[in-house]
Parts: sequence; C-alpha cells; structure tokens
Amino acid sequence: MAKHHIEATVNGDAVEFLCETEETLLDVLRDTLNLTGSKEGCASGDCGACSVMLDGRLVCSCLVLGCEVAGRKVETIEGMAKGESLHPLQQQFLKSAALQCGICTPGVLVASKALLERSPDPTETEVRYWLAGNLCRCTGYDKIVSAVMDAAATLRKG
Amino acid sequence: MARVVLIGNLAQLTGGVAEFQLSATSVKQLFQQLAELHPALGAHLQEGVAVAIDGQIYQDTLFEPIGPDSEVFVLPQIAGG
Amino acid sequence: MAERKNGAETNGQTNGHPQGFVGTRQIRPDGVDKVTGRARFGADFNLPGQLIGRVLRSPHPHARIVSIDTSKAEALPGVKAVITREDFGDQPSEFIPAGEMMMNYKDVVRNVMAREKALYEGHAVAAVAATSTAIARRALKLIDVKYEVLPHVIDVVLAMRPDAPLLHDDLFTVGVEPKPEKPSNIAKRVEIKVGDVEAGFKKADLIVEREFKTAPVHQGYIEPHAALATVSEDGATELWTTTQGHFIVRAHCARLLGLDMGKVRVTATEIGGGFGGKTVVYLEPLAIALSRKAKRPVKMVMSREEVFKASGPTSGATVRVKMGATRDGKFVAAFAELKYQAGAFQGSPVQPGTMCAYAPYDIEHVHVIGYDVVSNRPKVAAYRAPGAPISEYAVESVVDEIAKKLGLDPIELRMMNAAHEGTKAAYGPKFGPIGLEETLNSIKKTEHWNTPLRKWQGRGVASGFWFNIGGETSVSLTVNEDGTISLMAGTPDIGGLRAALASVAADELGVPYDKVRPIIGDTGSVSFNFLTGGSRSAFSGSMAIVEAAKQIKNELLARACKLWEAKPDQVEWKDGAVRPLGALGEKVKPMTIAEFAKISGKLGGPIGGVGRINAQGAGPSFGTHLVDLEVDPETGRTTILRYTVAQDAGKALHPAYVEGQFQGGAVQGIGWALNEEYIYGDDGKLQNAGFLDYRMPVASDVPMIDAILVEVGNPKHPYGVRGVGETPIVPPLGAIANAMENATGIRFTELPMSPPKVLKALQEQGRNKP
Repeated sequence: MAKHHIEATVNGDAVEFLCETEETLLDVLRDTLNLTGSKEGCASGDCGACSVMLDGRLVCSCLVLGCEVAGRKVETIEGMAKGESLHPLQQQFLKSAALQCGICTPGVLVASKALLERSPDPTETEVRYWLAGNLCRCTGYDKIVSAVMDAAATLRKG
Repeated sequence: MARVVLIGNLAQLTGGVAEFQLSATSVKQLFQQLAELHPALGAHLQEGVAVAIDGQIYQDTLFEPIGPDSEVFVLPQIAGG
Repeated sequence: MAERKNGAETNGQTNGHPQGFVGTRQIRPDGVDKVTGRARFGADFNLPGQLIGRVLRSPHPHARIVSIDTSKAEALPGVKAVITREDFGDQPSEFIPAGEMMMNYKDVVRNVMAREKALYEGHAVAAVAATSTAIARRALKLIDVKYEVLPHVIDVVLAMRPDAPLLHDDLFTVGVEPKPEKPSNIAKRVEIKVGDVEAGFKKADLIVEREFKTAPVHQGYIEPHAALATVSEDGATELWTTTQGHFIVRAHCARLLGLDMGKVRVTATEIGGGFGGKTVVYLEPLAIALSRKAKRPVKMVMSREEVFKASGPTSGATVRVKMGATRDGKFVAAFAELKYQAGAFQGSPVQPGTMCAYAPYDIEHVHVIGYDVVSNRPKVAAYRAPGAPISEYAVESVVDEIAKKLGLDPIELRMMNAAHEGTKAAYGPKFGPIGLEETLNSIKKTEHWNTPLRKWQGRGVASGFWFNIGGETSVSLTVNEDGTISLMAGTPDIGGLRAALASVAADELGVPYDKVRPIIGDTGSVSFNFLTGGSRSAFSGSMAIVEAAKQIKNELLARACKLWEAKPDQVEWKDGAVRPLGALGEKVKPMTIAEFAKISGKLGGPIGGVGRINAQGAGPSFGTHLVDLEVDPETGRTTILRYTVAQDAGKALHPAYVEGQFQGGAVQGIGWALNEEYIYGDDGKLQNAGFLDYRMPVASDVPMIDAILVEVGNPKHPYGVRGVGETPIVPPLGAIANAMENATGIRFTELPMSPPKVLKALQEQGRNKP
C-alpha cells in the first residue's frame, strides 16, 4: 500500500510528510514529525492528552487521520510559546503549580488556550465544562482551573 | 529487659507465644534471640518485618539500638504505592 | 499552641533548620519543559533502528496453555524476534519483601509471561518485535496458541468457596491452623488482635454491624506503560522506562533474565502518573528479552485497553465491620473481617488493610482478620495507601452510623476516640506526635462545616491515615566550578519532588534556589534508591540532602582552616559562606561556595557530598475530609458541591505541591466512591477497558478542593517532614458514603455509589422524585 504524501502547516511551518492511510495525526506528529509534546493516553478521544488545534478548532489528534490535514493548519503545544516567552497560560500554570506529573499538561494548555481565545472571561463552570475532555489524574483539577482563570485575567489586561 | 511483642501472624510461628522479655540491645540481637527461642520464626525475621521501638517504626535496619526498658513490636512490613 | 501561617496551622517546630526557600512556592525546575511539551515521558524516547514490540494476550480469563506455535509469526518479513515462556527461565518459589506485599519471583515470572496457565483475560502469552507496529500486529495474529479453557472465578467471596475453580494447585492457605490439606484460592489469613473483643462488646450500649463491598479500581494514570530496551552483544543493557522505581526495575529484570545488575542501566523517564501502579514490571523484561534476541533496540508501549486489562488494579473486597460503643460515644470494641482480591497471584494489600482499619481510634479491644484471595483478574498492584481506603471506608461508615444512632456530632464522636500522641495503635506501637485531632479541629472551624444544607443535599466527614515509610535513598550534591549546585536524586519525580529537594539544597547550602539544578539520575549514576512510593520521596530525599550538604560544609570549613591557617573554632558556616570568627575576621574575608569552587583543585579537589541513608523516622500523616454533595433523585446522579481536606504534613517543603497531593488524592477517592469500577461479564472479560466507560472524574465533576495544611512536626526529620502522598485517598470513600446517607437516608454499603445504583435504591423506597 502506497503512503500518502501530505503537505500542511504545523506551528506556522510548512511541512511535508508521508503517512499510511490508517495513521492518525497523533502518530504523524509524534513518530514522523518528532513533535512528541502531544501525548497518547487512550487513542480513542476520551482523555484529551493529544489535543491540538486544526484550522483553529480544538480536536483530539488521535481522532484525525494524518491524511486529513492536507493543506490545513495544525497548532500543537510546541507552538504555544513565542520564542523565549512562554504564553501567559504556560507561565500561570508554573506559578500556580497547576501540574504534577505533567502528562496531561500539553493537552490542557492547548484546550485552555482555545477556550480563552473564544471566551476571554469564562466562569469557573465554563472552564470546567470546556476542560471536561482533558483527563487529569494527579491534580484533581483545582489548580488547573484557578490557573486558567488567573491567566484569563492577565490576558484581559493585555 | 525489653518487652517484645509479636503482631499479627508472627505468633503462629511461636506456637502462640506473642510476648517476650529479652535482653537484646539492638535489632540484630533481637532477631538472634528470637530465632534461638523459635527457629521457625527466625527465617521469617530476616525478611518482611518492621520493628517498632518505643513507638518509632524502623524497617530494614539491624543496628537500631534497643534500650533496657524499651517496648518493641515486631510487625509486618509496610510500603505503599 | 497552633498558629496559622499561609493557610497552614503549625506547631512552631522547625527542628532548628534554616528556612529560606523551604515552605515557599518556588517554580519547579522541570516546569518549563512540562508546559512546552519538551519533557520526555516513556513513549517519547526512540533509538535509531528500533523495533516495535507488541504482546499477545490471553482472551480467556482462565485456561491451560497447551501449546504455542510461533513459526508463522517468525517467518513473517519484518519480524525480528518472538518470545514466549520458553525465553524465561523458571524462578524458584521464594518470598521477597516488596513493601506490604510479599513478592514471589515464581509468580512474577508467570505474570510477566504466562507459563502453564493464562490466569486472566489480558495475561501475556507471547511477544514479538518487528520493524513496524502494523507488522507486529499482524505477527501476533499468526501466533497459534492452543488453550484448554477452564471455569473462572472473579468475585472474592465466590473464589473462597471450597468448590471454586482453583487457580493454583500448590496454593495452601498460610496463617490457619491446622494447615489445610487441600489447596484453595485463599493464599493467606492475617490477623491483629488487641484485648478481648467479646468482652468489649458486652460493655457496649450500642453495637453496629455492617457488610460492605467494593469493586476493583485502577490507578488510572493517563500515561500507559512504556519501555525502550537495547541489549548489546556483551549483554550490556540500557533501558528507558516510565516507572516509580528504576532500581527496582533493574533488580526485577536482572533476576528474571539472569543479568548482572551492574550491566543493566535503567533510566527513569518523566512519568505520567503511577500512584503505585508503576512499581512493578510488565513490559521491561519483555523489551529486554526481545532486544537480546533481535540484537536491535525494542520499544514497547501499552494501549489503554492493555493498561486496564493487563496491569494491576487494586483489590475488590468484601468487608464486615462490627463496632461497639457506650451511649456516651466511647468505642469499646471493634471487629472487622476483610476479604481482598489479590488477582491472579497472591499479594493483595489486606495486611495493611487490617492494620489501618481502626488506626485513627483509641480502642481497647480490636480484632481484625484478613484474607488474601486469588481470582481470575489481573494481579493487584499497589494503589495509593494500598488496602487502607477499603477498610477505612467500611469503618468510617459504621462510625458515622454510631454517631447518628447516639445523636452525637460526627466530629465530636471522632474527637472523643481519636488517637493522639501516646495512644497505642491497634497494630502495636504507641504513636509519637500526630495531627489527627488538629485535622478534626481544622474541619470543625471551617465555614464549610457551618454552612446550612438543602433537601437532597448531604454532608459527610471521615478520617484516615497512612503509615509512611523512609527507606534506602542516595543523593549527590556537586558544586560546579561556578558555584552552581548539581543535585542528583534517584527517586522518580511524580509530582513536584525536584522543587522540594531544590529548596532544601538551596537552604542547606545558603545559595539561591535557581542556582540548584536537580535531576533524577539513572541506576548507573547514583547509588541505590528504593522506589518513589510509600509517601517517602520528599521525606527521605530531603534527609539525604541534609547529609550531603553537611559533608560539603564540613569539607569547606576544613579547607578554610588550611587556607587561613586557622583552628576549627575560629570559623563557622553561615548563610552560604565560611566566615572567620573573632580576631581572624580582621585578617581574612568570608568565602562563599562559589569562591571555594573556583579554586577547588588548589584546595584538594572537586567539591561534593553524598547522602546515602536508610531513612528511618517516617511519621504517619492523618487527614480528615469534609464533603457536601447533592443527589438528583430522578437520575441518581451525585454532584459534589464542596470538599475540604485537612491533613498533617509535618512540614510542607513546598506547600503548593503538598496541597496538590491532598486535592489529587481526594478526587481519586471521589471517583472510587461514585463511579469507578471494573465491570466483568459472565464470561470473565472486562467490559469497560477504556476511559469512556471506566469513568474517572473530569473537571466538571468536581468543585475546588479546599486544602488545609496542618503541620504537627515530625521530630525525627530535620525539617519535621511527614510524607503526604497517600493519606489523601483514604478518607474520601467514607466521607462520601456518609454524605450520601445524610442526603438520602440510605446507607450505601456497596461502592461505587453510581447513578444506576442510587436510583434503584431510591426507586425501591418510592423516593425517586424531587
């Protein structure tokens, strides 16, 4: 079976890669493009550890096929910081100790960024429901939610 | 003489005797003395037990001192997850 | 007298140690890598030329393995190695302590790769290494295994019956007299006894007896098991694995595969959760065996389904509790009988379950019996305070019922019977200073406790503890030529350890926090470390750092004396420098660590210190949890409204990560109490081997978890530290069950209290309407 030749944009860079039909975007990111920041927790779209943005929409990359991203824009955790400056969400997570083992953190950050881009002043309930697709087993979500709310406030101040 | 108490199933290896008065001054001596009294217990003491001396639990340590009036418990080892 | 400081109630003890960064909320040194995706977890490691390994697993819960034919798989192009039971030498039966669960390598080798029998659905039967995942999967399908399917048993009570399907024909119950003549599934009977419970019950005005049932639950770490092994032709082995204990992994692999430990170098990758479930080996021996055969690196990662089916959830259990109290609320007698699933091989945490059950209370007569029972489900692995949540769920439920029947406040009732310094624990020794009463008082003073509730809302409280351990620990501190400090620890960092250790090193040496760079060394770089578990890593690691720092300080004091031609009483270490005292101060200036480092060669050589200890003196950490919840009578769904944790940390080296332990453990307990369970079909197969139907709490299921840091210093630790990681999962089950009773009037004696069960109970009373 011949592989597919795909051209796409990942974190602002033009990329091209070959992938099998059944390879997911997560497989491609991790194994072909060496972007291992997105994690596989379940491969069935239930844990959110593989969260990325596809054309500005939050998706589980384990539920997207590699060939589906032809000509499209993918943003992963690796693209969140700008040069040496961490995104305010990343900074706040560090300040608030909103991570323990850190495996869910890339997915949570990508999802949180997506939330704040569409809803800059979310309530606690909004944050919790938006992040319901990101499983965390270590933190109990408390410091994650506080960090997102605090980062939202920082971003609103401009 | 230190008062030594076996906790849990350990007394099964001594025919039911769970309390001892022993002159041991260290965990090492304690194990030696217990093994001399009850050989079946001896093998067991090398592995899998913790020793509480006057309320403080020690695990895997032969040289911990035991005082003349100490209260010593030999209990199952604990770790965690 | 307790004082409040930054949300922490302290007893003022610092055990005489410096405190600058300790107790503050520094940014963790490994944090930037974790928020940028740079940090490398188990599955993020790759080696050039690596093969992909996959495991063939038994579809049957119980079957004799008659034959395994791997010839077709071996012939498939791209397949470079196939292994089965033939590739693992048998291990003699020998019990080795592995914490509270004695381990037998005869069982370990069989769990890693089935031999005579497949003992659970998911049991590894063979493994292949191939040039791609697709080829590896195809190769598995070509392995021909002939099974003789046997009847299976999973439930612990059923497995104890004399006519139950027998898993091991050489398993004779230990701990019963006379010794049984016939084998059974009951591996062990354990017992603790204090006083005379029958006499005690005669003095009781009230006796409450209940039976409880819990289901197996999984630790639920988001990161599946992963291992990457490469074996050279001379047997030198390198292994990267996500583990809580890389030295333990090395020991197991060396034993199972006949390797010298010195030739096996194990690196602990960043770990995406463990909670006890990553303290044993699954993939590692397989990856090494495959790599040894294929002469190429082999990478293996479990799928989520494999994690559920083939790693070690904790016991499901049946627990009977009987407690007697006077009408004033004094507990006079306490009995319990615990029956815990061990899974396919013996070794459930029933022993600590028996020891923990009544530990929070001062009771004159206690008798607890426990049974360790094998059955056809995966072998149990440790799960955060192993055994304790189950037994304390049962006990705390009965304590609550006693409070209700006697018309006593549940916190007052616990206070009246609370263990404190000098109380003789049911498992033997007297407690040193402990913080149970302080946690109960903290809860009583909260606004949470005093908030009124509405209909269908309920409030519950429960206490619990874990013993905590110390253990063998090695750290090294190196002073670099520019005065920065490299700290190498050897216990994997599962949730902020490096931040705590860096704070301690910085304070001990008097240097800024960001001048200390902590890493977790591999097994070749640092001396033996017992695993991260037992709530020991911050407790023991900090103790070892104090030792290592002492060596450095003593060395620098000696060098100053030589350099300044001074006597020891003319110099002192203070605030990161050696300082001249008295008249000497007019001749020489203080010298900092950095200044010594610049000329270390001239003064004798590189500067460093090691701490190699078997840390003793761990103190138990008690906690009390308070929960408000609301039940929807039309659906049976429970919403947690409010949750407060008060727990004794002794001394919080890094308060935010200590709070994190409280909050994380509480939410695991919420999941265990309300939704999580292994659901087996009549065919013995797991029906919910995925995150959709193995329902762990998500962000919208829980509120903020208020964390109250109590600090009753541990006199045996230089900073007063107590381990905190495990205690938080012990009280939630009881607290939530008690809140459910308060909300519905129904005492739920089966966990989880999931919506269908709650709804059914309400329907039976005709109350399933608002």
